[in-house]
Amino acid sequence: MSLHHPRAGLPDEAPPASVNASTARMSDKSVLAGSSALIVGVGGLGCPAALALAAEGVGRVGLADHDAVTLDNLARQILHRTEDIGRLKVDSGADSIFRLSSEVAVDKIPQRLTRENAARIIAPYDVIVDGSDNLAAKLALNDACAAAGKPWVMGGVLRFFGQILTILPGRSACLRCLVGEEGAGARGLDCGDAGVFGAVAGFVGMAQAADALRVLRGLPPAWSNRLMTADLWKNTVGSVRVAQDPDCPACALAGSGQTKIPARRGALV
Amino acid sequence: MAVTVRIPTPLQEFTQQQDAVEIAGADVKEVLANLDGRFAGIGQRLYDEEGKLRRFVNIYVNQEDIRFLQGEGTAVSDGDEVSIVPAIAGGL
Repeated sequence: MSLHHPRAGLPDEAPPASVNASTARMSDKSVLAGSSALIVGVGGLGCPAALALAAEGVGRVGLADHDAVTLDNLARQILHRTEDIGRLKVDSGADSIFRLSSEVAVDKIPQRLTRENAARIIAPYDVIVDGSDNLAAKLALNDACAAAGKPWVMGGVLRFFGQILTILPGRSACLRCLVGEEGAGARGLDCGDAGVFGAVAGFVGMAQAADALRVLRGLPPAWSNRLMTADLWKNTVGSVRVAQDPDCPACALAGSGQTKIPARRGALV
Repeated sequence: MAVTVRIPTPLQEFTQQQDAVEIAGADVKEVLANLDGRFAGIGQRLYDEEGKLRRFVNIYVNQEDIRFLQGEGTAVSDGDEVSIVPAIAGGL
């Protein structure tokens, strides 16, 4: 009797050694148990990302969000349930992660990430996953991560559309390289403009977790210097190159610990 | 001279839900002006009140960011692909 195998009848081609090595590193759980990740925003992106990181075996997961669960969150914020309505998202999220794995330590940070507190909040973690819902918060996170030299995975969703950019401060293009300064005309498009399809948030949040796991394992991220773009209505995924801006003020401060980002000439702020 | 302009999902409300349109023009500035001429309103999403390309809107010609080419003066040729890629800030 022969066993059915998906490669039955195909040429016996071994993958390159580098692929084997990467696969081995991705499946080695011991690395993750001693690592930590912070989720900024326990919403449409943060919920699936937190679940994926906890399920994969990341030892410590921080949840930062000041908000409480509302009914309309439940369509896409998969850590929260009907009985959680009115509870803080960090409490609801921590309970869900504990139900998944009691071995994961969860830090509850019931605060909105701001330019003033960002450096302190991100400090204890190895990688940051962005689930914030506005450009000001993303830029505050960008600048704090640049100053601290922390890798972070930016995510954004709108309607059926999603994006990811993973930033290795000083070594790859950052969010400011992509969007410049905050201020009038630089607000970006947020989901308050047009809503978001739940499945695209799940897709992008999980993909952010995948890149965060690559960072934690010391592998090159899939989406550094490339902006992933996904359209879940048409089920297409693509990417465009994002180059480091030689005049980027955040990149210039990478790893310096200095968080005040000087405005450029002609800046919008 | 016509190029294919890739329209991101958030801006397809201006293009009758088309994700790609053929637009004539010799450089990026002309292509975007002709795009706004054909699909009224899209220009306001791309340019600020001073007529500058909004910073969170990134324009690529054949996968290259025009900021690292000749900006809006980047010349285009028949068959080129111009992609509009806005930064998406939502995550809620």
